[in-house]
Amino acid sequence: MDKQTIFDAVQQIFRDNFDDEELEITRETCADDIEDWDSLEQINLLTAMEKKFSIKFKLEDVRGLKNVGDLLDLIERMAG
Amino acid sequence: MSVNVLDYPFDASMILQKKRAIKRELSAREGLLPKKVAVLSGVTVGVFKDLLEIYLLANGIRPEIHEGEYALFYEELVFDDGTLAAFAPDLIYLHTSMRNIKAWPAPGDDAETAANLAKAEAGRFIAAAKAGLALGCPVILNNFELPPYRVMGNREGSAAAGRVRFVRRLNELLAEFADTTPNVYLNDLCYLQAQHGMDAFSDQTAWYAYKYPCAIDKLPYLAQSVANIIKSLLGKNKKALALDLDNTLWGGVIGDDGPEGITFGLETPAGMAYMEFQQYLKELSAVGVLLNVDSKNEQANAEAGFARADSVLKKDDFICFKANWEPKSQNLAAMAREINIFTDSFVFIDDNPAEREIIRQQLPGVAVPELSAPEDYIKAIDRSGYFEVTNLSADDRKRVDMYKQNAARAELQASFGDYADYLKSLAMTGEFGTFDAPHAERITQLINKSNQFNLTTRRYTAAEVEALIGDEQYVTLYGRLTDKFGDNGIVSIVIGHVQGDAMDIDLWVMSCRVLKRDMEKAMFDCLCADAAAKGVKTIRGHYYPTAKNLLVKDFYATIGFEQVSADAAGNKDYVFDLSAGYTPQCSVMDVRRV
Repeated sequence: MDKQTIFDAVQQIFRDNFDDEELEITRETCADDIEDWDSLEQINLLTAMEKKFSIKFKLEDVRGLKNVGDLLDLIERMAG
Repeated sequence: MSVNVLDYPFDASMILQKKRAIKRELSAREGLLPKKVAVLSGVTVGVFKDLLEIYLLANGIRPEIHEGEYALFYEELVFDDGTLAAFAPDLIYLHTSMRNIKAWPAPGDDAETAANLAKAEAGRFIAAAKAGLALGCPVILNNFELPPYRVMGNREGSAAAGRVRFVRRLNELLAEFADTTPNVYLNDLCYLQAQHGMDAFSDQTAWYAYKYPCAIDKLPYLAQSVANIIKSLLGKNKKALALDLDNTLWGGVIGDDGPEGITFGLETPAGMAYMEFQQYLKELSAVGVLLNVDSKNEQANAEAGFARADSVLKKDDFICFKANWEPKSQNLAAMAREINIFTDSFVFIDDNPAEREIIRQQLPGVAVPELSAPEDYIKAIDRSGYFEVTNLSADDRKRVDMYKQNAARAELQASFGDYADYLKSLAMTGEFGTFDAPHAERITQLINKSNQFNLTTRRYTAAEVEALIGDEQYVTLYGRLTDKFGDNGIVSIVIGHVQGDAMDIDLWVMSCRVLKRDMEKAMFDCLCADAAAKGVKTIRGHYYPTAKNLLVKDFYATIGFEQVSADAAGNKDYVFDLSAGYTPQCSVMDVRRV
């Protein structure tokens, strides 16, 4: 799966999750940039991505994710 | 966006992702019933709170949710610092799981030690629930899911100190507590775990990382389960089924194949599936669900299907039997009128997707579950919780008979020219009493279930009804109606609040199955007698409009009240002057005061 496809899918998950069809994310977007992005939303986002890319994050994988860039890299590694 | 995603089986990730949009769409509906729900934590509440809100909204309830602090359910209930009392919940839910069990038996503990430990451990949850009851509202309590691993293997289920056996002991203790304690309801977490399978349900990652009691994609099912109990308590259950026949209650087309040619019975796998489905429906009928036929068929052909010797359902099991060539939506609307319930109290069961779609479009309030194959029909109804039973009163078990008696009365009515003569021919006896403990359960149920003949649509919890018993400030009255066709049970309730020489009618409800029997006049006769005995000179009546109570918008005027005010929203106030005496208005029944 190429980078753009992954990015587009992740962007759509963010839009659905925060109910904002205008939302534009970048690699630098982090929890501080989106008001409702708290630890609980983080769980929902990760669950949606697991489903979307048919992957299963391990506890170790999701520790220390700083921003959308880290997340994209992780998905790229796992979904190949 | 459509809220169909809430139909079983759920697309959990879709619901979780789109929860804000779903909530927005559901909140925009009219006539939502506001309720305050306290969700107290044993495990993480988190997104469960949004999900519970969604499932309650879907059932017509707008919750205001108070979320307790993590893992402090016991402390917050037993040592309430005033927070919960100030919130004044209408319902309390204890969001606990097996992870909240503190003391487990040690290997080698004997049976007595393990049993005592179980009592003490269950006692903590029971004490918390009792503290919740003291706040005057129903309490919903989880039982425990089984532990996800077994050190001793199978022996954990049989050894005195086995953990599996310990959880089963606790569950039995909690079941006994819920079964014998009014206002306590058990949410069967253990069944949910079994339904989804332990490995899928008891996800260790969800516990380690988030302290959720189950996998995140199972949280919608947990929320639905709790919401089902709540909506049932608030009188939002479905009441009736409209059933197709061909390929729904039996296989094949009876008009073509004949009664002997349809697939039904023990000889074939599909025949067994249809047979068990009929058995399931018969059991639903025994707890008060009204069965009706809505089928495109000739009447004689349709009836022949139920005349088979091995048919589980007989024609007698149905209230309305519509086998004709009219559109099914028209049949369903006609049945609703005949039985005197709303179309949104119906669940429509039909194997044909086109028929389902028409009902969804024509009658949007009707629940229309997806059906695939006969072996899954039971599940399609059962998992949705349309008919969740929280309190099974004697009336529920008799309801089907009552509706059948109504049909017989309608036949009799046709033979009388004068309506009063008809009423007298029914040999009615009205029995009227003030609220008491033995009738409190039915009184609460009727108050919360009545929508049409309901002047104020005030709802009362069981605790609020109990508080009225013996309260001198109130005139309370229940009415039971019996006639030559049978006992209708308690069908009307009035609550009057006395202040000085005036009395406000806070609540007046009547079951629609006894409309036009002059029961309301008999109730008013008794109410006036009781009010006069308390020195009341003026009775004030109030009508507050809802989407469902237009039936009674001018009711007070018909029994002699005078309207004194009305506002733009349609709220109306009336007075009735009692100072110059009162002449009873009902003359068609025997009145008994009990």
